[in-house]
Amino acid sequence: MLRGHIRPAILIFLILTVITGILYPMFITWVAQAFFHSQANGSLIYRDGKPTGSALIGQQFDDPKYLWGRISATSTVPYNSASSAGSNLGPSNPALVNNLKARITVLRSSDPDNNLPIPVDLVTSSASGLDPHISRAAGYYQIRRIARTRGMPEEAIKHIIDRNTTGRLFGLMGESVVNVLKVNIDLDSHK
Amino acid sequence: MNWSNLTQASIYIITILVFVKPLGMYMARIYEGKPAGMNVWLGWIERVIYRLSGVNPEQEMTWRAYAVAAMIFNFFGIITVYAIQRLQVFLPLNPMSIPAVAPDLAFNTAVSFATNTNWQSYGGETTLSYFTQMLGLTVQNFVSAATGMAVLAALIRGFIQKQSDRIGNFWVDLVRSTLYILLPLSILLSIILVSQGVVQTFKPYEKVAMVQPINNNGTAAQEQVIALGPAASQIAIKQLGTNGGGFFNTNSSHPFENPTPLSNFLEVIAILLIPAALCYTFGCMVKDKRQGWALLAVMLIIFIPCLWSSMHFEQKGNPLFDRLGIDQKASAFQPGGNMEGKEARFGIANSAIWAAATTAASNGSVNSMHDSFMPLGGLVPMWLMQLGEVIFGGVGSGLYGLLAFVIVAVFIAGLMIGRTPEYLGKKIESYEMKMAALVLLIPHMLVLAGTAISVILPQARQAILNLGAHGLSEVLYAFSSAGNNNGSAFAGLSTNNIYYNIALGLAMFFSRYWLIIPTLAIAGSLSKKKIVPVSQGTLPTHTPLFVIFLVMVVLIVGALTFFPALALGPIAEHLMLH
Repeated sequence: MLRGHIRPAILIFLILTVITGILYPMFITWVAQAFFHSQANGSLIYRDGKPTGSALIGQQFDDPKYLWGRISATSTVPYNSASSAGSNLGPSNPALVNNLKARITVLRSSDPDNNLPIPVDLVTSSASGLDPHISRAAGYYQIRRIARTRGMPEEAIKHIIDRNTTGRLFGLMGESVVNVLKVNIDLDSHK
Repeated sequence: MNWSNLTQASIYIITILVFVKPLGMYMARIYEGKPAGMNVWLGWIERVIYRLSGVNPEQEMTWRAYAVAAMIFNFFGIITVYAIQRLQVFLPLNPMSIPAVAPDLAFNTAVSFATNTNWQSYGGETTLSYFTQMLGLTVQNFVSAATGMAVLAALIRGFIQKQSDRIGNFWVDLVRSTLYILLPLSILLSIILVSQGVVQTFKPYEKVAMVQPINNNGTAAQEQVIALGPAASQIAIKQLGTNGGGFFNTNSSHPFENPTPLSNFLEVIAILLIPAALCYTFGCMVKDKRQGWALLAVMLIIFIPCLWSSMHFEQKGNPLFDRLGIDQKASAFQPGGNMEGKEARFGIANSAIWAAATTAASNGSVNSMHDSFMPLGGLVPMWLMQLGEVIFGGVGSGLYGLLAFVIVAVFIAGLMIGRTPEYLGKKIESYEMKMAALVLLIPHMLVLAGTAISVILPQARQAILNLGAHGLSEVLYAFSSAGNNNGSAFAGLSTNNIYYNIALGLAMFFSRYWLIIPTLAIAGSLSKKKIVPVSQGTLPTHTPLFVIFLVMVVLIVGALTFFPALALGPIAEHLMLH
């Protein structure tokens, strides 16, 4: 009984490998490259003809003139897109509270007059470590700091944030979010 | 109650239900060999496959032959995935020159993918070449799912055959599941995913000049390296086949695996799509659709409250954050809640829906980090796995697991009312009960024994990231996941070491194959029996009464076995936090 099954097992395994492991991904790659060239290659954003980032991958910002994103837990640098990682800190872990406190200190000291409560997504780390977005609340929280540093009116900053905000799908699914990298590229173009 | 969360959860469940009937009916026709579109157009490919491999599709197998065929096929799968990982440095499509995978990690990953668990000790973009992802992992994503579906088809035939010793042909069930069900759905899903921004390319990783250079230990880093790859084709089947192993380390939370609310919606639909529809397939094949609806009702009765409570506890947020003056309230401008380990675009609703769906089904992909969930928010996914992966469960494996519970339930009901237990006209006797008990108890034993050993061994304890009660939760979650072929993790636990790679590898292996063999034994034994006509003395198994009874059996078995361990882990942590 055993021997009779070995030949079909090997051959069917090989044939299914060719179909699902070679033909199928090659076909999808062909369709992707032909019809969705930008998306299939990482949704890159170009500035002066050179790639400066991906619309879907966050970058680290800590200069007060830029909009800041989520905390990134990747190593050895934040937003290391060659090695995605979350913090995996449990809700009762003292290290989590310490991370929050450190971030709160930086936020408060860079914007001492701002006494608004800090939106939670601005002080917590994302799942991928590469989250390109923050909530609108987290975006608006930073308007005054950016406006002051850049000497631009607050209304202009708010306008740039709104311009780079995507709403919920059909107004229902997912969350409304601000793309941090796009906002910052937009800000730099207003020099 | 948060209306946005409620709406999103309702849309999700209703969408799944809409697909149950059409997809379920389609799959029934595929397994019955009746014309159903795809098998007419692609029938010639199927026939060529049989001719090339010397299979006679008309020849049905005994349960033993069926089991031997399945085991040999899976054995070749494990060997091949192991070999590809060890040799990837010599193979093509390795643009980043990623070195060979270490032996213990290669063993773990090979078993993980062949058993439809897809536990991730590997890191995706840092560990595996494009060749390994395609010819190793993508292939197993298909065939491990197809193996589960084939075993289910065989078990269903056990209920419908009369005095036969045959339960179908493994090769036919395997090829048809792959070619007519998994492949077309994957092609459709992967193309939509690419349109949303999921990458699909063979190019090397892209280097970009960052907008703001960052400080890397004193030197200014200008460049960001962006990992790419043929991801979309693998992610589609990873979701549809309840596999769950990520192309990238952080799985479906990675923006290149799951970039938008639409991609998230389709991926989370794909998790439950086939397991839910298979209930209807079951009803069609046993010629009594009410039986299929009854099983689906059991799943929903357990699933919906679990989904709701996970969402509730995550939305409530972390009491420690409140003390720091952090705004966790949901508003028009933010989702609020416990956002640690969650992506902004998914917020609370989509993270909690995903967490419940991925652990109810034995998918195990994640779009948020379960380790950072609130204690009771994280208890839900853990417990859904511990119930034995029968609430939807794996494609095929979930339903054959639930049918083992049905056998136990009709047996208990039979004892209570003094009638011979029977299900769908087949008498349930001691042989079926023994096999069903094995199917129920083997995962429990693997989970509890594995956890107990791992918290005793000092070198295993070092792998824990979060100390205290949460540390026990991490270990318990790991074995609940491996011992039920789920694959999600409390990822703070560092499992890429020899102890955990081997221990979890063995847990995955036994919880898959030691359940398939008794399941096929039940199929063989039932197939031999005659069908007893329905009489006054028959216990109806499609009524609300039986549905509730079956829910109770599943819950009591799961609750009694795991309550003590859960009390020491998540429940203790919850009480400490509040």
